[in-house]
Amino acid sequence: MNKYKKITLDGLIYQNPTFMLVLGTCPTLGLISSAFSAMGMGLTVVVILTLSNILISALRKVIPNAVRIPCYIVIIATLVTFARMFLEKFVPDLYDSLGGFLALIVVNCIILGRAEAFANKHTVPEAAVDGVMQGLGFTVALTLMGIICEFFGKGSLFGLQIMEFKISMLAKPAGAFLVYGLCIAVFTYVIDCIERARRVKANKIARENLLREVA
Amino acid sequence: MGTFIAIVLAAVLTNNFITVKTYGICPFLGVSKKTSSAAGMGVAVTLVMVIATLVTYPIYTYVMIPLGIEFLEIIFFIFIIASLVQMLEKIIQKISPSLYGAMGIYLPLITTNCAVLGVTELVIGDMSAYIGDASMNIGWAVLYALFAGLGFTLVMIIMSGMREKLNYYKTAKALAGFPIAMVTACFICMAFTVFSYISLG
Repeated sequence: MNKYKKITLDGLIYQNPTFMLVLGTCPTLGLISSAFSAMGMGLTVVVILTLSNILISALRKVIPNAVRIPCYIVIIATLVTFARMFLEKFVPDLYDSLGGFLALIVVNCIILGRAEAFANKHTVPEAAVDGVMQGLGFTVALTLMGIICEFFGKGSLFGLQIMEFKISMLAKPAGAFLVYGLCIAVFTYVIDCIERARRVKANKIARENLLREVA
Repeated sequence: MGTFIAIVLAAVLTNNFITVKTYGICPFLGVSKKTSSAAGMGVAVTLVMVIATLVTYPIYTYVMIPLGIEFLEIIFFIFIIASLVQMLEKIIQKISPSLYGAMGIYLPLITTNCAVLGVTELVIGDMSAYIGDASMNIGWAVLYALFAGLGFTLVMIIMSGMREKLNYYKTAKALAGFPIAMVTACFICMAFTVFSYISLG
């Protein structure tokens, strides 16, 4: 089970696509002005990423190496077309708020990146878990920034008006850039601190063991 | 003439691809460390945007709509763009090796650039906000693609200039790299907000 735990931690924290790898920036910056559209985008990406990872991993022995990128693009474009039809029919609110970014999921670097870096080298269950976890890492990051931007930029949360006070710049692309940049800085700082604490602790234990052996 | 000015102003300033639409952010953050490479990337993206629109717009209007297969647009467009980029790379390599040396490395990256797919999707959608009452045709579509690309190049060059200056200052360790670039981009966006007061009414 250790393998799946590592994939989970990588997707959510150590290789978080939004904060650590800084992939898929266009939909992030375009949609975090509203928490609803940010979360909708994240969940759509979870579904598409998981399905594309499963398909690509299942077909990894069939697809010739030389033409793998066009093959991946066909798979992803087909999935996006299905997702677009599904959202247009069943969740028209989300379809409207995603706008052009729904079609642009095809060129989202996270999906092609995971296909190239993970799915074509691993088994189907691993690829599926990786797809869900990377997608959730993206969703959590987007929802978090969406909440910050919407709360301070519009004074509302998921469309529910909470306060009159607002800094409307934060609900514009300028504020999205600012919030995204500061969130990356805070995230890397916290991860850095945790890593350093862990290293100090490991060193201490190693030194104690050494002393005990010497004694 | 009015439509021409409206499209140019909208594409370059009021609805700039980077600062208002947030399309094409990957090259904007990734290739903006040096002015020369930023300008090269901008020109390459503009070129691909114009050629892609020139090909996809007629295919959509004269082939896909009569056949009733508009729902396949994403698959068609991404394939057209990918093959165009590949072809363009080979042609430039053959005709002008010096241009290829300057621009060649950026071309493969452009296939997965949102700005290119974004502009081809935009011009087949509802453009009434930009062209007013005039009816949409391929001329306006290509004009919009050209000036959207030039607007993209403009912001790339401004950003690279600011990042070159930033190299002279020390930044906190957590802010170095992407975070400080995004804070810089925030100020460029705020500056571009001024243009949203332009009205042609």
